[in-house]
Amino acid sequence: MRKLLNDPENVVRESLAGLAVAHGDILTVDLATQIVVRADAPRSGKVALVSGGGAGHEPMHGGFVGRGMLDAACPGAVFTSPVPDQMLAATTAVDGGAGVVHIVKNYTGDVMNFKLAAEDAADEGIEVESVLIDDDVAVQDSLYTAGRRGVGATVLAEKLAGAAAERGDDVAAVAGIARRVNERARSFGIALSSCIPPSAGKPIFDLPAGEMEVGIGIHGEPGRRREPLGTAREVAAELVEAVVSDLAPADGAEVLVFTNSMGGTPLLELYVLHGEIERELTERGLRPARRLVGPFITSLEMAGASLTVLELDDELAALWDAPVHTAALRWGV
Amino acid sequence: MQEASTVITANAERLTELDSAIGDGDHGTNLTRGFRAVIEALAAAEDELPPGRRLILAGKTLVSKVGGASGPLWGTALRRAGRSVGDAALDGPALADALDAALAGVVELGSAEVGDKTMVDALTPATQALRTAVEAGEPLADAITAAADAAAEGARSTVPLQARKGRASYLGERSIGHEDPGAASTVLIITALGRALEG
Repeated sequence: MRKLLNDPENVVRESLAGLAVAHGDILTVDLATQIVVRADAPRSGKVALVSGGGAGHEPMHGGFVGRGMLDAACPGAVFTSPVPDQMLAATTAVDGGAGVVHIVKNYTGDVMNFKLAAEDAADEGIEVESVLIDDDVAVQDSLYTAGRRGVGATVLAEKLAGAAAERGDDVAAVAGIARRVNERARSFGIALSSCIPPSAGKPIFDLPAGEMEVGIGIHGEPGRRREPLGTAREVAAELVEAVVSDLAPADGAEVLVFTNSMGGTPLLELYVLHGEIERELTERGLRPARRLVGPFITSLEMAGASLTVLELDDELAALWDAPVHTAALRWGV
Repeated sequence: MQEASTVITANAERLTELDSAIGDGDHGTNLTRGFRAVIEALAAAEDELPPGRRLILAGKTLVSKVGGASGPLWGTALRRAGRSVGDAALDGPALADALDAALAGVVELGSAEVGDKTMVDALTPATQALRTAVEAGEPLADAITAAADAAAEGARSTVPLQARKGRASYLGERSIGHEDPGAASTVLIITALGRALEG
């Protein structure tokens, strides 16, 4: 394992301390509770947005705390959901009296812990609406599974619901925007290598050169199947087919295209892939109207990429264009 | 709890290996971290805490320190067991009731059934075996050994199953052929319970 660490046990805490130093104008970090809070929180009368999940997906979620996006984030241990105490601390820290929206990715641990936290918050008189994100088409949803995973759509839901909260929407409306994003977005990912969780110190799975894991999530867990690695064009076709066939957007729909690096794939390759993805989408009669390209929901140093497509309407497009000022996303300010 | 912490720590690597196959490879480290916190919390508590109170404190500590799915599930199991025991002594019938309560809490929170390839596949037969042995009047140590054996059998039975709950369910058919890490840690914790009561 070649990692820049002091001690694997302290990696999250030390990373948060560094985040606070780097972005002190935007956010503060409470190292005792391990939460990241917008510098000017709580804002009276504004609906607050709280998200969280395991660490190891940076910049998600701490990098998305700031104006126009999240009010607080609570990272757990690497790939492990945070605990209810942390979520409650984040919720009470940012509650401005107008209610709090929890953005929860559909992983069993996240769901259970956020449920416990929402109950605790209700006991303290804070109105909490939870929105579940489950956009990963790699998972066949049925009554007999935990449902689809929440992946790339989380980033888009946090941006768009954050903009809705910023313009003064009430808690039901902000949660409604996040739910609409989840309904209209689908994701699919592939990996070219495993990641190495700091505590394990070795790769989770072995992937021989020339092969790829198809349908991976964001925790280095193996995908649904293994295939020979094709060209960027072939991979783009596979990603687009998986996402679009499930989303079934209207003919000629405007879409937001989010091409995400899992952490280890450099922008040189990601842009090759993104170009192919846009060509594929256009050939299918869709109109890419907004883009996000880069490492935004990662899996440590895993090589690979995921595609998220969101079918836009005028309101969602306007919310996307609204100003955002966070460590990882910044425009319009 | 000391026994549970010791056995989890000693087996952390094996649990992590099992979890790497069908999860994200952190079950061992997470539970080790949790039980270490439990030992600290119990050491900091007042002396002479009755068994029920110790279990509740242990459960609360796991919920507040572990995260993921194992934190709330094991935390709920221990808290429910502790509440069932109350201030009574931990004899056979009390332990059988406690294990029933723990199982009920886990099933309620995780809504998993036997056959879903989860800790429920180990905890359910263990609970039944303990109840049967206690009602047959067997000594407590033998009853717990029977429970631990049943848990181990249950954990082995998860190998050919396809996961339907938790993170492993996302792998679909690829989860077949691997022992469920949650069932494996259940065996360790019930075995530890036996050793603690013997000692």
